[in-house]
Amino acid sequence: MSQPYRLPPGNDQDAVIDRSLTLRFTFNGKELSGHPGDSLASALLANGVHLVARSFKYHRPRGIMAAGVEEPNAMVQLGRGARSTPNLKATEVALYDGLSAQSVNVFPGVGFDAGAIAGSLSRVMPAGFYYKTFFGSPFLWHRLFEPLIRRAGGWGKAPTGPDPDYYDRMHEHCDVLVAGGGAAGLMAARTAAASGARVVLADEGEVFGGRLLDAGSAEEQRGAAMRAEPVDGHHPVIEGLSGPAWARRLLDDLARRENVRLLPRTTIFGYYDGNYMTALQRRVAAGQPSSAVKSRERLWHFRARRVILATGAHERPLVFANNDRPGIMLAGAVQAYLNRWRVLPGKQVLLFTNNHRAYGAALDLLAAGARIRAVCDSRADPGGPLVDAVREAGVEIRAAQAVTDTRGRKRISGAAVAPLAPGGSGLAGPAQWIACDLLVVSGGMSPAVHLHSQSSGKLKYDSAQSAFLPEPSDSHACIGACNGTFPVHEALREGAEAGRRAAKDCGFDAGAADLPEVRETPAEPPSPLWLVPDGKPRGKGKSKHFVDLQNDTTAADIRLAVQEGFQSVEHMKRYTLTGFGTDQGKTSNINGLAILAEYLGEPIADVGTTTFRPPYTPVTFAAMGGRDRGELFDPARLTAIHERHVALGARFEDVGQWKRPWYYPAGEDMRSAVARECEAVRQRVGALDASTLGKIDIQGPDSAEFLNRVYTNNWLKLPVGRIRYGIMCRDDGMVFDDGTTSRIGEQRYLMTTTTGNAAVVLDHLEEQLQTEWRGLRVRLTSVTEQWATVGVAGPDSRRVLQKLAPAADCSAAGFPFLEWRDATVAGISARVFRISFTGELQYEINVPWHFGAALWDAVMEAGEEFAIAAYGTETMHVLRAEKGFIIVGQETDGTQTPHDLGLDWAVSDRKEFIGRRSLRRTDCMREGRKQLVGLLPKDCLASIPEGTQLVASGSSGSSPPVPMQGFVTSNYWSTALQSRICLALVQGGRRRHGEWIEAAVSGAPVPVRICDPVFYDREGSRRDGA
Amino acid sequence: MLQIPCPWCGLREEVEFHYGGQAHIARPESPQDLTDGQWAEFLFMRDNPKGEFAERWMHAAGCRRWFNVRRHTVTHRITAVYEPDEKAP
Repeated sequence: MSQPYRLPPGNDQDAVIDRSLTLRFTFNGKELSGHPGDSLASALLANGVHLVARSFKYHRPRGIMAAGVEEPNAMVQLGRGARSTPNLKATEVALYDGLSAQSVNVFPGVGFDAGAIAGSLSRVMPAGFYYKTFFGSPFLWHRLFEPLIRRAGGWGKAPTGPDPDYYDRMHEHCDVLVAGGGAAGLMAARTAAASGARVVLADEGEVFGGRLLDAGSAEEQRGAAMRAEPVDGHHPVIEGLSGPAWARRLLDDLARRENVRLLPRTTIFGYYDGNYMTALQRRVAAGQPSSAVKSRERLWHFRARRVILATGAHERPLVFANNDRPGIMLAGAVQAYLNRWRVLPGKQVLLFTNNHRAYGAALDLLAAGARIRAVCDSRADPGGPLVDAVREAGVEIRAAQAVTDTRGRKRISGAAVAPLAPGGSGLAGPAQWIACDLLVVSGGMSPAVHLHSQSSGKLKYDSAQSAFLPEPSDSHACIGACNGTFPVHEALREGAEAGRRAAKDCGFDAGAADLPEVRETPAEPPSPLWLVPDGKPRGKGKSKHFVDLQNDTTAADIRLAVQEGFQSVEHMKRYTLTGFGTDQGKTSNINGLAILAEYLGEPIADVGTTTFRPPYTPVTFAAMGGRDRGELFDPARLTAIHERHVALGARFEDVGQWKRPWYYPAGEDMRSAVARECEAVRQRVGALDASTLGKIDIQGPDSAEFLNRVYTNNWLKLPVGRIRYGIMCRDDGMVFDDGTTSRIGEQRYLMTTTTGNAAVVLDHLEEQLQTEWRGLRVRLTSVTEQWATVGVAGPDSRRVLQKLAPAADCSAAGFPFLEWRDATVAGISARVFRISFTGELQYEINVPWHFGAALWDAVMEAGEEFAIAAYGTETMHVLRAEKGFIIVGQETDGTQTPHDLGLDWAVSDRKEFIGRRSLRRTDCMREGRKQLVGLLPKDCLASIPEGTQLVASGSSGSSPPVPMQGFVTSNYWSTALQSRICLALVQGGRRRHGEWIEAAVSGAPVPVRICDPVFYDREGSRRDGA
Repeated sequence: MLQIPCPWCGLREEVEFHYGGQAHIARPESPQDLTDGQWAEFLFMRDNPKGEFAERWMHAAGCRRWFNVRRHTVTHRITAVYEPDEKAP
């Protein structure tokens, strides 16, 4: 409980932690403590916990390597049950009281992990292992390899239930968006904000300040180094303040301004065209409950007039043998733990570097009381003020030497140090082992150019900095470390300039830049060392040189990829997995491609980088879904009669966004309900809510000509009061929609469309009017939701209508088929259409939407004496299938012409219409196209699922390929026929009525006879009723 | 994501629009006189330039009007917006 590795506060106040409060948490069941402001990683280190995870493939012990989102190793599972969150980096989890974290991918525990046996099997698990090993035996794959790999691979466990938390979304427009709140970003935001521009500043950290927070207080630094100029304590002093103090002062200034929105804990993860940016804000700690007023995470959508990227840089590790043990940490991370969180990561320290940064860490370690065994520097002649300061502190500096190996099981216990041959190509002498409990490494800095690259910004390799730097872009400015500008005073200058220019571009005047005075130690250029030699050819021997620690990719894997021809950087990445995973290779990408370049003998610039894609860091699906889940996922459209259906106990089905009654069970199963509903319509009368059918009001003097062009049949001579069925094709001649259209007046028509196709048909018609036929005087309006429709079908339907509309002439002669009438039905002004989708006598009664329920009630009451039944879409489908009526989207899939469906009678050959030319294409006229037929199975009870392939009789069992002759599109039990019936599309089917073929139902092929698609009442005698 | 200047409603988000493919594809005067090949050329074949491209858009969640846009397919910069029957500027 005592946090033995927590340092006393510096002379300045603590930058981020609050020691007055103690937080309790558990890690793998062990009780530990920390303070508000701690990350889980800093709290673990304060308790001396270094072993936190096992690696992905070899299950090697791993610790904490970094201090931010670039951490590849330290993944944990947080919380329990439905709130359990897998694969969080311990470095990005803010500590809270009661936090409970576990290591992921370990069995039985992180200390002893049975999966570690994979490490000794590594010789048989090289890169491309999956592709090489699992060809040939599907049995072994399913029974042996896949279960094993699924158990061994992967990381955390999925939560056990639906996410109980709230997530939401915000849209924001601003003048200047600054990504990253370090020195450069703060300066840019302050400068732009001072002009009055609307500024958003987002930073992924808990506290703004970036790497300024990793610098200790100015006073403390002076005390440590005890010198005036030029080192002056090695941390920058800005306007006489320490980094954290200066950041705080700027932040206080920004927080007071109304035109500034500060978003801490907010990671900008996507940068799209037109300065559209997406960000994830963590509002409630992972594993903690959220509420309706405080969502757990918020997804921000920004549209910014100007964008400034101040996203910083990631430090690279060095690649040497066994460079993955717990206790091997990046220099910048060590400084962060020491100065930001006041935690000592080790007491016996060895440092290994190819640049000056490790020397800053060495000075901080000395100040914290650690013992430094040596600094290994791969450079032949390291120099500069920082090196001098370390040397003067009495530390041994081993120039032109490298760490070539390490030892220690659960934490590093020693490292082998050997002299490098000139040029770094080999070793110049034997290695010497040095005991240590912390190995600090620094391989140079990689600017975080991810967002820049996402926005199509170009990169250029800069060999002086050994880094890919962003090229200038029109859409945004890159400043500070992400631009390769590491000295603080230059970063501040870039920030001020970018802020001023961005404000100016938005019409604001930020005035002359007022640059703070900075005292800092000059930086030295790095000297790259991509792969440390160890005296053996890479890939020989047992030791591993890890490049990507999260995916366990080694230098030998990259060499193997090159040998096997995966030489492009994109191929190498996919073959070896370098750069995949939750860290997306932030510490490994550049090392990986530099080693690839070395093996290929090509310059790094020519090898190039892989593509940076959003998201920059992982984003939860829940955040992307926001509130659009469950009932709010998609709007539900309800008809005016919906509550009546609910009261009748209807089961509903989704048709587009509509909820339509599917069937009405009366204490019976679906099959019985549908049989009962079918019988009611065929024998007596049934009522259907047909309100969802698409309805388009068409008006204008050229309406008839318009319809004549969009439908395949003739529309010029349809009299007022009459109805006609029509088919629409697309320009490619394929059926697009069908329905009836009624002539309401001289210049007015009412078109109906398929329920699910209403919006698409309206779009199609509007497009023609606006683009192709701009001269036609026609206007279109959707009236789907203006008219509620009750269909009354069956031999008794006339009697029901007559009761409701005593004044109307409902006789067969007075109200013939395919005509419509205005009538007063149940006291409501109505329009009644005589059409039929069932084959029975049928009326569709349309009333203004809000009278829908009243009409329904009246119909059901009037029908009571005829034992009327409400029927749903399933019964409607059965009845129409018995009559061979198609449903667009069920019998069609966009590759059927009207001819294929037997609808030639509805296609005119004497006028131009959309699709006409295509119907004359050779392919549309050839013999053997699939045509609509009916199928009757030999066994009348055999159900043949829709989509079942049809083959020649007796050929189901033959060896493949078996020629497919067609497929089933509809499959129902027909009460009227007392048999299963199918509609199907069969090659040349119309000439094959009577022929037997076979439905290839898995395991039990069903012989079926091809027949006419009209199964019931082929003469149409029932249409006019009894 | 693009921002598209609708000639009637002004600058709006791409999600409000419906894409209509290449603009200025003249419908043949008498399709029946064309060979299958010529008809297929009209129906299916579209340009796919790297650079300036005239294309059709419809402001589906706004005024529902079709219009033409000249867009650079690499930079997505939109340099002209005009009515369907206007000539490309």
